[in-house]
Amino acid sequence: MISRIRQEWFGNVRGDVLAGIVVALALIPEAIAFSIIAGIDPMVGLYASFCIAVVIAFIGGRPGMISGATGAMALLMITLVADYGLQYLLAATILTGILQILFGVFKLAAIMKFVPRSVMVGFVNALAILILTSQFEHFHGENWVMYALVGLTLAIIYILPRFVKSVPSPLVAIIVITSVVIFMGIDVRTVGDLGNLTQQLPIFLIPDIPLNFETLQIIFPYALALSIVGLLESLLTANIVDDMTDTESDKNKESRGQGYANVTAGFFGGMAGCAMIGQSVINVKSGGNGRLSSLVAGVFLMFLIIALGGIVVQIPMAALAGVMIMVSIGTFDWSSARNLHKLPKTDAAVMLTTVGTVVYTHDLSKGVLAGVLLSAIFFAAKISKVKVTEQIANNEMKMIYKVEGQLFFASVTDFLDQIDFEQGHWEEVEIDLTHAHLWDDSAIGALDKLEGKFEQNGTVVSYTGLNGESKALKQKIGGLSSGH
Amino acid sequence: MMYKSILLASDGSDHSLRSANHAIQLAKCSGGKIDLVYVVDGDTSKQDVLHYSNKYEIAKARRAKVSSVEELLTEENVEYEVHILHGEPGPTIVEFANNHDFDCAVVGSRGLNNLQTMILGSVSHKVAKRVECPVLIVK
Repeated sequence: MISRIRQEWFGNVRGDVLAGIVVALALIPEAIAFSIIAGIDPMVGLYASFCIAVVIAFIGGRPGMISGATGAMALLMITLVADYGLQYLLAATILTGILQILFGVFKLAAIMKFVPRSVMVGFVNALAILILTSQFEHFHGENWVMYALVGLTLAIIYILPRFVKSVPSPLVAIIVITSVVIFMGIDVRTVGDLGNLTQQLPIFLIPDIPLNFETLQIIFPYALALSIVGLLESLLTANIVDDMTDTESDKNKESRGQGYANVTAGFFGGMAGCAMIGQSVINVKSGGNGRLSSLVAGVFLMFLIIALGGIVVQIPMAALAGVMIMVSIGTFDWSSARNLHKLPKTDAAVMLTTVGTVVYTHDLSKGVLAGVLLSAIFFAAKISKVKVTEQIANNEMKMIYKVEGQLFFASVTDFLDQIDFEQGHWEEVEIDLTHAHLWDDSAIGALDKLEGKFEQNGTVVSYTGLNGESKALKQKIGGLSSGH
Repeated sequence: MMYKSILLASDGSDHSLRSANHAIQLAKCSGGKIDLVYVVDGDTSKQDVLHYSNKYEIAKARRAKVSSVEELLTEENVEYEVHILHGEPGPTIVEFANNHDFDCAVVGSRGLNNLQTMILGSVSHKVAKRVECPVLIVK
């Protein structure tokens, strides 16, 4: 136990410290930009990233994973902030944390397996599209200078890594663009025009809201959507880090950790956040894989803001928009677009439905719900195919129907349609259920109906090959209806 | 010189089949064994986790990536072992090669992407510089 803790914290000090610094530098522009998306001061996102990264370092379930303020969460908050303001967002953040803790305590991480892959692909694609479209408003009424600066930002971001790999290129782009704007005295909108930056450590505050049922009614739907989306992205990220480092992690512990981190963020003036796929990949690639990397990232981020806050407000929006366009491109799953025509049609439909729902409603949780529902329908349709083969025995006196498939409410009609009650007059009919499974009362009902029809013609019906579970179900339900 | 233990790096591309052929010839000369290495980088990790429902499916899909090389090895009756490693391809191959006792490492000169090869310098170049055993770069 002690040796495991030591390994998780100090097994890779050099790699973790260096990677943590790289991640902190990459986190700052994102935390600011996500705050602006949510419609709040940049400090709210920065405090969130600080609190969440530090708390997760101690109690998260996946060492080496980076959490903070994220686009997925910011996008869910826009209407709450616009209608009710920051205090309600902080309260919703705390409630989100509480829901996530419950999720972890009741070991519900396994529910993730009911979210099909095509829904997760739709989720990241929709997220990428929303992050991109959220930047369009910064271009409103701007002239060519804005476009040129965004272009320059993107050029630096994508070309620099070809030569220098140790420094995150988005940070270099921001420094270059900010310097160009300051020294050449170009008049463009900056972070300072959109919100305030206080060079202070976060302090403990209880959100200033009336503690009544009405408040709960306002924040609960938001908190529920935030907790689901947060856990979805966090557990997906945990799986990616698991795979990259070839190790295992405790998903329920991670759910609880995300919860405690959000509760802390809410009380210290931060917005709800979750694990970040992009930052976690950067962390592992830069050599980070222990708990120390997340702690260093959080602490160094706060240090930079306190030391350099005055410069941060002078970052032009053009540079941030460029970084967000990069985040969007990096988030989008391009292989799904390339291989769309090769995917099974149902998978493609589920993915596109998820994306379409999110883009239409601007709510990732609704997209996930729509995707899961549609894939459940497709799944039911797929397994409701029942095959019946006929075999005549005993000198044409007996008919054997071999049934293959799942008998349940969606498949019984298809099943009965395949049996020809008019054909011949059998003395005996045998239903061979060796390769079938009875699931519900519709299945029993269908067998009762079949029995009744044959018995009208004086045919005796018998069953063979019922498996244990099906037999139990048939006795339980069939026993009630067979009063004759 | 005996080539008893040979490292073969493969990215699953057609080009890496050519490297495999050379590794096989070397192995046959000395009745050697081939260690087939496939490296999964961060972006591939992300894509695979997103597209396959569990780690068994991921493992299966990765194994399928090198299946054409494996078929060739079986056909030629060469003893081999497959290693799926994680990290940046260059440094990961170097580390694996230097932590084991190989007589020769065989790598292809081209990756999946020509532009990348031109600008970044190929993985094979890095491997050749830092691996301690002799390296055969297949053109």
